[in-house]
Amino acid sequence: MKAAAFSYARATSVVNALELLVAHGDKAKVLSGGQSLMPAMNLRLVSPELIVDVGQIAELRGIAVRDDIITIGALTRHVDLLRSPEIAAHAPLLTEAVAHIAHPAIRNRGTLGGSLAHADPASELPACMVALNATIVISGQAGERRIAAEDFFTGIYETALSAQELLISVELPVARKNAAHFFCEFARRHGDYAIAGLAAQAIVEKDVLADLRLVFFAVGDRPVLAKAAAKLVKTAITPAVLSDASTALGEELDPQDDQQASASMRRHLAKVLLARCTSALLGRSDLNAGGPV
Amino acid sequence: MTAHMPISLEVNGERVDAHVLPRLNLADFLREHLQLTGTHVGCEHGVCGACTVRVNGEIVRSCLMLAVQTQNASVETIEGLSDSGEIADLQAAFRDRNALQCGFCTPGMLMAAQDLLKQHAEPDRERIREHLSGNYCRCTGYQAIIDAVETTVRARIGRKL
Repeated sequence: MKAAAFSYARATSVVNALELLVAHGDKAKVLSGGQSLMPAMNLRLVSPELIVDVGQIAELRGIAVRDDIITIGALTRHVDLLRSPEIAAHAPLLTEAVAHIAHPAIRNRGTLGGSLAHADPASELPACMVALNATIVISGQAGERRIAAEDFFTGIYETALSAQELLISVELPVARKNAAHFFCEFARRHGDYAIAGLAAQAIVEKDVLADLRLVFFAVGDRPVLAKAAAKLVKTAITPAVLSDASTALGEELDPQDDQQASASMRRHLAKVLLARCTSALLGRSDLNAGGPV
Repeated sequence: MTAHMPISLEVNGERVDAHVLPRLNLADFLREHLQLTGTHVGCEHGVCGACTVRVNGEIVRSCLMLAVQTQNASVETIEGLSDSGEIADLQAAFRDRNALQCGFCTPGMLMAAQDLLKQHAEPDRERIREHLSGNYCRCTGYQAIIDAVETTVRARIGRKL
């Protein structure tokens, strides 16, 4: 189908975009790369009266590393993340995750800010932001505010962003010494939305996980930072310990049924991911023997 | 406010000035305003890849881009790539290997395949598959398409040696 009629404004700056958003409120939609908004409009799932195109705002572009913080502008495209040597060096989880996002033609247009503001619970980048302990920087007429990624995602397609605000950038801590990461997702075909996925960031000291953030996606209404990770931290991991964590994870998750998978299948896949992740982070193939525990 | 807007862009090397409604997507602009009907419209929500074109040298879904977003951009369609001879060898390989039947997906396939060949001199079959994974073909079962792209890779390497 074709999108319903709308008016279009090409924002010239962040200030200009905010003026338009304040004037039109929730009748307006921000257009960034358009790789989620355009399908939704073509399917008539959304019919905004005004499109505020932020795609030409130069101040929203770019990746910068300073004082152990990586700042990524909202308009940074998936392909930019994929090719960035700074991201590969300081946040390799992102480099790995982005390869799973859709297909090259989509990655050439889709943006980080757009993906985060859209907040599809099955998408990769929101989970990565929570795993990496990102801070989301938001601009409104009252000024800037910063919010932890963990608190930014509030539900299916819902975030802490109001209709009068614009997501400006994200800030990530540079990967620390002994940092390790894991990313894996199950999808019917390469590039499809995940049925279940896991983005994990860890600190590995000798044979022990000194810190572990496990963020599951497509298994809840937002990225799920698993509390079960605590059972694997600062302890010698045996199959019994992993089994205990796996049980805790199963109880903690509350996945949905849909046409792709049942809730129990998603819970099972999350446990498979947990075992693979623990095994990979510690280089212990014994922990992944026989699939899920 | 939903009035026509002026746009100015380059399409296959020629300057185009037009007035378009904001809701008009790039695929429909190319097909209906410029009669460049080689760009096909399949799913209209970014899944099938039939509408793949180049914008500023990079492949995009033209159904997921508004014509008004192409202000000052350079757009290349299958007609441009075909007429310039840039993909003549790829097209010949598709023909030789029967890598098309109905042909609906073919312009998008060629755009995506050429995009890969520009970025990688020697992609293996897995890499070819991955790069074409966003383009659907309902006729061939893909094997012949992968074969044709692989044949082109080898021929282009041979030409450079």
